[in-house]
Amino acid sequence: MSNELLEIVLLSLRVSGVALLISSLTGIPVGAFLGLRRFTGRRLLVALMYTGMGFPPVVIGLFVYLLLSNSNPLSRLDLPFLPALFTPEAMILAQSIIAFPLVAGFSMAAVMAVDPQVRLQVRSLGATERQTVLAILSEARLGVLVSVIAGFGGIISEVGAVMLVGGNIAGRTRVLTTAIVLETRKGNFEMALALGFVLLGLAFIANLVMLRLQGRSIEE
Amino acid sequence: MNTPVYRIRQLLKAYNGRRVLQIEHLDIQRGEAFAIVGPSGAGKSTLLRLLNFLELPTAGKIYFEATEFSATQEVPVEIRRRVTTVFQRPMLLNRSVWANVHYGLGLRGQHNATERTLAALEKVGLDSLKHQPARTLSGGEAQRVALARAMVLEPDVLLLDEPTANLDPYNISLIEKTVQGLNHEHNTSLVFVTHNIFQARRLAQRVALLLDGQIIEVASVEDFFENPRDPRTAAFVNGETVY
Repeated sequence: MSNELLEIVLLSLRVSGVALLISSLTGIPVGAFLGLRRFTGRRLLVALMYTGMGFPPVVIGLFVYLLLSNSNPLSRLDLPFLPALFTPEAMILAQSIIAFPLVAGFSMAAVMAVDPQVRLQVRSLGATERQTVLAILSEARLGVLVSVIAGFGGIISEVGAVMLVGGNIAGRTRVLTTAIVLETRKGNFEMALALGFVLLGLAFIANLVMLRLQGRSIEE
Repeated sequence: MNTPVYRIRQLLKAYNGRRVLQIEHLDIQRGEAFAIVGPSGAGKSTLLRLLNFLELPTAGKIYFEATEFSATQEVPVEIRRRVTTVFQRPMLLNRSVWANVHYGLGLRGQHNATERTLAALEKVGLDSLKHQPARTLSGGEAQRVALARAMVLEPDVLLLDEPTANLDPYNISLIEKTVQGLNHEHNTSLVFVTHNIFQARRLAQRVALLLDGQIIEVASVEDFFENPRDPRTAAFVNGETVY
C-alpha cells in the first residue's frame, strides 16, 4: 500500500471514527431517552429523528458548509466548538450530524424492543432510575451495537458532505470516497479501484460484524 | 407478629379513569404469609405492584411501617429495597444464572457477596448451572433462579405474583418449600397472589378475596376455607364462578 493510500485510509478511519464516537455518545442516550420516556412532543421528536435517518447527507453537508462559511455571522464570533471549513474537524462535524439520527433511531428501537416487564423486574430488585436505564441498555446491547455499526456504515461510505465541507485537499482532507471521485475523474482507474476495494472491505467488515451481532450467519 | 408491615388506607388505583383497585382498609402483618386470591382481572397484580412501590396510587395511602407512599409521596430507594417481587414470568436478564442471582446485590454495591449468591443458588438446587446462560433454562429452572435472585437480597417482604403458574409438581413443591422456609426461618413477610386456592391453603396464614378491585373478605386460612362470611367467598372456595 502506497503512503498516499495509507494516509487516505487512516484519515477516513480517523474522521469517521471520531464522528462515530461523538454520535454514539450523544445518540445512544437520546435513543434510550426516547425509547423509555413518554412526554408531550415525543412523537414530533421521533418523527424528526426518522426524517434525519433518511436525510440526504449532501444536504447536511450544505447546512454545515453554510454554518462554517465566512458569510455566516456565527463564524465571525470565532466560537471554539465551530471548526474551520476544509479541515478534518469540519468533516467530523458533518459526519457526526449524519450518524446521530441513525445511532439514536436504532438505539431507540432496540430499547423499545426490550420487554417492558424487565423494567418492572429490575426496579423491583432495587434499581434506581439510572441503574434501570443501564440494565435496559444492557439488555438491548446487541441492538445498540447494531445502531453504532449502522452509523459507521452510513458515514464511511458518504461522499457529498465530506466533499463539500472538506474540499478533498490532498494530504489534508482527502478521504476514501472523495479520492475515488477524483481518481475516476482523472481517468486513474487503477487507483480508484484500489480505493474502492478498500472502502468496500471496510463496509463489508462493518456489515459482517452487524450480521454476526444479529445472530445470523452469512450462509442464511 | 401483629405489627403491621403494610397499612393500606382508602387506596384507589385507576388507569385512564377506570378504577381497577379500591381498598378502604387492609393491614398486612410482619412475618405473616398473606395470600390474595381472586379471578383474573380482579386487581391482584396491581396490588402487588403498589406494595412494591412500582406504581403510584391514584389516591389514598400505603404505609410501609412508618413510611408513607401516595400519589405525591414516593418512597426512598432504601425502603424500596426492603421489598422485592417474583413475577409470574421470571424475566431473567440476558446473562449467566450466577449474574442474574447476583444482580440485586450488585445494585446495592455488594459486588463481593459470592457466598450469599452461591447459597441462594444451592437453596433452589441450581448451583451446578451457575455458569449457564439464564435464557437457556427450562420454565421451572428459570422461576427458581428468579426466586434465588429475590431471596439473596434477604428482603423484609417477598411479593410473589403467581410464582408457580404453569410449572410441574416438582418445581411447585420446591418453590413452595423454599418460600415457606424464608417465612419460618427468617420471618420474611410473604404476600402472594394465586389462582390456586389449594396453594393458598398450603402456604398462607391469612387469605383475602379480591373481586373487581375490592377486598370481599380477609380471614385466617381456616375461616376463609371452612367458615367464609361472605357468600362470594364461599362460591369462590367451592370453585363457582364469581365474576
